[in-house]
Amino acid sequence: MEILLAILVGLLYASGIYMILRRSLVKLIIGIILLGNGANLLIFLLGRITKGLPPIIPENSKVFLEAYADPVPQALILTAIVISFGLQSFAIILVKRAHKVVRTDDLDEMNATDEDS
Amino acid sequence: MISAILLGFLFAILLVFAGKFFKGKFAVLSSLIPLGLFVYFLQFIPEIMEGNVVKESYNWVPSFGVNLGFTLDGLSLLFCLMITGIGFLVFAYTSVYLHHHKYLDRFYGYLSVFMAAMLGLVLSDNVISLFTFWELTSISSFFLIGFNNTQEASRKSALTALGITGLGGMFLLAGVIVLGNITGTFSIAEMLNMSPELIKGHEYYTVAVILLFGAAFTKSAQFPFHFWLPGAMKAPTPVSTYLHSATMVKAGIYLVMRFTPVLGGEEIWNTTLIVVGAVTMLYSAFHSLFRTDLKGVLAYSTISALGILMFLIGMGTTESFTAAAVFIIVHALYKATLFLTTGIIDHQTGTRDVTVLSGLRKVLMPVGIAAIIAAISSAGIPPTIGFLGKELTYEATMHAPIIATLLVVGIVITKILLLWAGFVAGIKPFQGSLPESLKDTKMPGPFMWVPPILLAVLSLVFGIMPFIIEGSLIKPVVSALGGESGEIHLALWHGFNTVFILSLVTIAVGTTLYFVLKPSAKLETAVGKLEAASPKSLMEKFNVGFTYLSSFWTRVFQNGYLRNYVFIIIFFLIGMVGYTMIGNTKFNIDPSILSNVSFYELVVFIIMCIAILFTVFTSSRLSAVVAMGVVGLTICLVFVFYSAPDLAMTQFSIDTLTVILFVLVLYRLPRYLKIQDHKMRIRDGILSLMFGGLIAVLALEVLSEPVNTEIGDFYAENSYIMAHGKNVVNVILVDFRGADTMIEISVLTIAAIGVFGLLKLRLKRTDRVQ
Repeated sequence: MEILLAILVGLLYASGIYMILRRSLVKLIIGIILLGNGANLLIFLLGRITKGLPPIIPENSKVFLEAYADPVPQALILTAIVISFGLQSFAIILVKRAHKVVRTDDLDEMNATDEDS
Repeated sequence: MISAILLGFLFAILLVFAGKFFKGKFAVLSSLIPLGLFVYFLQFIPEIMEGNVVKESYNWVPSFGVNLGFTLDGLSLLFCLMITGIGFLVFAYTSVYLHHHKYLDRFYGYLSVFMAAMLGLVLSDNVISLFTFWELTSISSFFLIGFNNTQEASRKSALTALGITGLGGMFLLAGVIVLGNITGTFSIAEMLNMSPELIKGHEYYTVAVILLFGAAFTKSAQFPFHFWLPGAMKAPTPVSTYLHSATMVKAGIYLVMRFTPVLGGEEIWNTTLIVVGAVTMLYSAFHSLFRTDLKGVLAYSTISALGILMFLIGMGTTESFTAAAVFIIVHALYKATLFLTTGIIDHQTGTRDVTVLSGLRKVLMPVGIAAIIAAISSAGIPPTIGFLGKELTYEATMHAPIIATLLVVGIVITKILLLWAGFVAGIKPFQGSLPESLKDTKMPGPFMWVPPILLAVLSLVFGIMPFIIEGSLIKPVVSALGGESGEIHLALWHGFNTVFILSLVTIAVGTTLYFVLKPSAKLETAVGKLEAASPKSLMEKFNVGFTYLSSFWTRVFQNGYLRNYVFIIIFFLIGMVGYTMIGNTKFNIDPSILSNVSFYELVVFIIMCIAILFTVFTSSRLSAVVAMGVVGLTICLVFVFYSAPDLAMTQFSIDTLTVILFVLVLYRLPRYLKIQDHKMRIRDGILSLMFGGLIAVLALEVLSEPVNTEIGDFYAENSYIMAHGKNVVNVILVDFRGADTMIEISVLTIAAIGVFGLLKLRLKRTDRVQ
């Protein structure tokens, strides 16, 4: 399964970069989201995946009695998911706003800061 | 010693506040600072004569091994005395020369910064601090050359000088770092204590030598870097006297002398110095024939003198070191005198054109006396010290290690031409009849004409009584260079020998040349035609080319298109990481650590692949967003399979929210854009696939390495015991790393405020694109 996941991560990265390289703003955001998902999955994979052993201490015990999945990558990814949501929502609203003002979705028409363009 | 160096900087700072006070009639008081320093350094003479070295050291950046160490030996002392002695005269002279100038205080500020930096340069034991002071002299020189900043020529010359000497500064930095790597120390004293074979046998020896030469040749205006010096003559004459003749341009000479005992003696060292020095001295001595501006004549003869010094040091014998040490004094005395008298002529008559000036002895007699003595010293006619310098130079050249005969011919020709230059600058303006237009010329104030007289008198005194400088200055310098100081005996009369005959020939031919060849504007124009092939024009063409190159570079790489930046970054990332991975990638994943693939996992994998491809290739925005949601949800499933329930929950809710937000916001946007052409898409596709492949391979590589779970184990063991929580991931987030989570919440809050602000923003009608 690790190999499949590595392929998935590569696919997510590739599609993310490809979308970022498009001229459309919406595609740019989709690209960033895909790239974010790829990064999360990469961290998850590199923290070694373990099946069916969540890092939760069983009832009536103070310590783990058997093996458990590494909690550190999970904590990292949880933070990353939440932060990327902040980024995504801001970006989405920004696109909407920018579209309302300049009436275009094309990045190349947005590359001037001057108002007389 | 450090206080002696700091004094100049402190005075410059003081001038910022008390400038008005000094600008008035108290300007001449500022010369007390160099005078005081001169006396301070004089009192070291007895100690240096005994062969001692005065040392001081302060910790500066001890972790890098950079100490602020200062050493005063014979070589430093000679330079310190020149810097402060001539500095004193120049400071006094300036008070009249730039009397009531609007920025006189600024001028003194630059001068004293320069003086302090120059003292620091010659006293530094640490090569890093030597470099720092070296750069400071370049910078203060830049400000002084461009002092008349309303003139375009001034500004241009200042920039050229800064460009060339700044380039040299970079050479110096690189050189001292290489040297530091070779020797393992930044202290010159420690380098001297090392066995020379260790340094000279090192594989980077040549690199260090070339870099240091780059620094010395640019600073000391050696061919082909000489052209900044004539340009630097745009500076007020006191500056030309001080920086561009007596002291700063000798910093390169100092550097070469300082490192002679460490690096010298090898063939590359000696031959390069001899060749470059000889070419420079001949080239610029010839050029001085074609100038009509007095300062131009002096500038080229200065370059020539610097060439002679390089040439002498390059020969590497005790004789040549002695000759170099004497010639430094000779040159400083006569050239400073000539510059000062030229300044007086310029100041009092308003012209420096040597074809116009004549007969000034009738109105500027004391100045004339100083100038004529200096001219005689420059010609090497007894009883001036110039004679001594010339004899020693000839003597040393005759015993040169390579092509001695040719070099003797070269040096004799140079000396003949220099004699001509000295006569033109020192005698010509005072000779003949006084033209009508110069009849009203008045004598300047004593602060202006006494300094050149003092220097001229010194030329005579040292010439008649060379024993004054023999023990106190020359011997310590020669021993600092690694020569046998016991052999030295300076005397005016050397006996009737080959050297004496050469001297006579020089004087006879030179004087004849002076009477035959008069400087004229015609000659100057004639040589101007060769300007197109001169190093200066080549440098200017190079500059223009460089400007084109950089604007081309900017157009290509900094063109403002986001995707170009991303493309280039990813491209080079792939190149570099890929290059490293080739050969290092092993692909030996132990199959036993891999988990099996169950049927439903395979299904999830396939769904995810299809969803990703659909997101990328669909032509409808809405389906792209939905497919993206599917990708998120399948990742959620992966989290469920592999023991991450918290992640699964978070991913699920966030993914849903994102899709909803996207759909709500975007359904009103126009049709999905498909702007780029086919070629672009293929290019980007290849790049993306390469990058994805790289990441996948990288991930597999990491998987084959052992994993460290120390941190995870710590949290797991202490989760309940210390934090009383059983869900370890939650405990990490809200307890162990609680502060981080709080900051994360504030980031989200800021994003929320931003979203709110954007939603509520109401634009004025005029701001909208209609």
